Amino acid sequence: MADPFSAYDVLAKRDTPSWNERTRDVIDKRLALAIAENVLGDTQLATLRVIVARVCPDPPDRPATNTLAMIVRKIAEDEGDGYRPHTLPRTAECWRRGLDAIEDEARLRFNCGFASIEPDQADEILYAVESGKMCSELWGNLSPELFWKWRLLPDLVSSHWAQPSLWSAMGFGGPASPRGYVRLTENRHDPWEASEDAATNSSHALSQDHEE
Amino acid sequence: MFTHDGWVPMRDYGEDAVDFVIVGTGAGGGTLACKLAEAGFSVIAMDAGAYWRPLEDFASDEQEQTKLYWTDDRIVDGDDPIHLGANNSGKAVGGSTVHYMMVSLRFRPEWFNSRTKLGYGADWPLEWREMWRYYREAEEALCISGPVRYPWGPQRPRYPYRAHPLNAPARYLARGAEKLGIAWSETPIATLSAPRGKAHPCVYRGFCASGCTTNAKQSVLNTWLPRALAAGAEIRDLAMAGRVETKNGRATGVHYFRNGQWRFQCARNVVVAGYAIETPRLLLNSSSSEFPDGLANSSGMVGKNLMVHLNQSVFGYSGDEIRSYKAPPSLALTEHWNYEDRGKDYHGGWCYMAPGPLPADWARTVSAKGKWGAGLLEEMSRYNHAVGLKMVGEVLPYERNRVSLSEQTDRYGLPIARVTFGFGDNERAMRTHALDFMDRALDAVGVTERWRNEEETAHLMGTARMGEDPATSVVNADCRSWDIPNLWVCDGSVFPTSGGVNPSLTIQALACRTGDRIAELAARGEL
Repeated sequence: MADPFSAYDVLAKRDTPSWNERTRDVIDKRLALAIAENVLGDTQLATLRVIVARVCPDPPDRPATNTLAMIVRKIAEDEGDGYRPHTLPRTAECWRRGLDAIEDEARLRFNCGFASIEPDQADEILYAVESGKMCSELWGNLSPELFWKWRLLPDLVSSHWAQPSLWSAMGFGGPASPRGYVRLTENRHDPWEASEDAATNSSHALSQDHEE
Repeated sequence: MFTHDGWVPMRDYGEDAVDFVIVGTGAGGGTLACKLAEAGFSVIAMDAGAYWRPLEDFASDEQEQTKLYWTDDRIVDGDDPIHLGANNSGKAVGGSTVHYMMVSLRFRPEWFNSRTKLGYGADWPLEWREMWRYYREAEEALCISGPVRYPWGPQRPRYPYRAHPLNAPARYLARGAEKLGIAWSETPIATLSAPRGKAHPCVYRGFCASGCTTNAKQSVLNTWLPRALAAGAEIRDLAMAGRVETKNGRATGVHYFRNGQWRFQCARNVVVAGYAIETPRLLLNSSSSEFPDGLANSSGMVGKNLMVHLNQSVFGYSGDEIRSYKAPPSLALTEHWNYEDRGKDYHGGWCYMAPGPLPADWARTVSAKGKWGAGLLEEMSRYNHAVGLKMVGEVLPYERNRVSLSEQTDRYGLPIARVTFGFGDNERAMRTHALDFMDRALDAVGVTERWRNEEETAHLMGTARMGEDPATSVVNADCRSWDIPNLWVCDGSVFPTSGGVNPSLTIQALACRTGDRIAELAARGEL
């Protein structure tokens, strides 16, 4: 996939008026976050690592992300979102049971651990979680569809799109305090925003109006 | 609040009886704290959340700013379980106004008598002309930026501050409305378009849902509460109320957890202002031998008639660069379908606005249509071309939609809330009409690859409704409970109907009225 904003790096704005002190502190800590130990078992962590890679791949040619470490931190702190369906347990228990069931599912289908199967086999299992077509008894009263829709997918994408690499790859302006923006209308942008590569957007070239 | 490392003096009442203890400092409680303190009452307003200082404490970051949301455990169920937390629940001094979208609309006048005049829902025990006066008070307190002439409803004065310039999504909304032959307007919105005191105008950074780092947002935190402090109110943060105590049919104070221990605040009046989930939860959790079904609940209506707003959207892609992350979302709107009833096969009204989702929010929206993996990454790279329309639609009150107590308890040992919700046929019919219409409005301006996001809701209302009849309502028009004369409820939970507009301005207008009424009652010796 072509990166439409190849020349843009949101982190280059770190020391400009687009970032306040608090934001610098928060993003520095996020980028330095290590995967907490003794939160998940080795197999659980290996399973989660592959799930993150399949559901939320890193954009090519961008610095690696910390999505996995953020999910592990959320599990470690058993951090909730302020609501959950009555059939879903709290964050940490929900993740652990889901990871165990996905691992068991891989062993049932492919006679091999989830972290060792082929990528398309992993995707096959993830599609089955999404649609609720599961065989493993470890799911018990945990609904695979609810686990996917209320826990796995929102947790993963919320953490992944908290990563500067993803902001750069989508052309998002990133942190913007206190400077904010001046040019607000379509096809206008400030000099401190991403420029879309002409090659990836040639069909829209006529409507471009870059004055900067 | 308005300077780095700045401090202001605050009264400390201790735990002897004060005139009013208010539980919650959001649009209802914070506004009322100001009104009562300025009327000369001794007031303590407590909040479970922290007293943030935006200039120092807020980052430009969705993830970090989840600290503003109520993320304590709650159970959701029913046919259409709703999202809480970031979606509609704040935990901070200033309540959810610290992260609200600032859209400040008045009700359509007929909605205050929707049962009598429009044939659905329930009548409010209030007259719209009186509310019009209090809307104006709230708009002036918040320096609302808005148009000179508003296209819908009875004439109103021009807004205190000029309207903001339109960003690209708002311009798309305006052009679509014009193509379909309906009116649109710049949105009356609570963010500064000119300086106010030490606060600068809005810099259009677009992180409104994550809290405003510059104080341009006119929230309860930086409008009503500085006035409350100046008038002698105490704001007690990080104080979780667990139980309202009663004796001989009157409230005597509030048990609250702070600094690792349970404490008791005596008060001559107690105001519950925790919004439509925590308010009924606290009333139900305060049951006693005297009030076995919970406080103020002789009607059985505490917790019932929970309402949200339909908040569904249509999104698609444009050849233009839209970059909807810039400026506050919702800078333009149309209330056409709030004021036009012809052509509807359902009750109630709705408006729509131009949304501006930030990356994680957008990723949740795109992934909810079944995208993940490389397909999600690919579609997310088109973020700057995405444009949409999002509705705020009236949901009818149903007793089956309710807040009750779960068997599970939280870290304070208090039973947590169970929130049961399901749409009715009326909501489904409105949703179909609105999504079809918004789809046409996007099609008309060349937006392609459109899809419908059919699940989202916003806001919370009902669960302690006001009314004329003690048998069918919890409080009267003054927000005073029928059962316990010195117990009041002041927040969105008193709404008998939800209307088709964002509720924060109506909650603040109601709190202004309640403050005035309490002062009048006190002057007559009727408190």
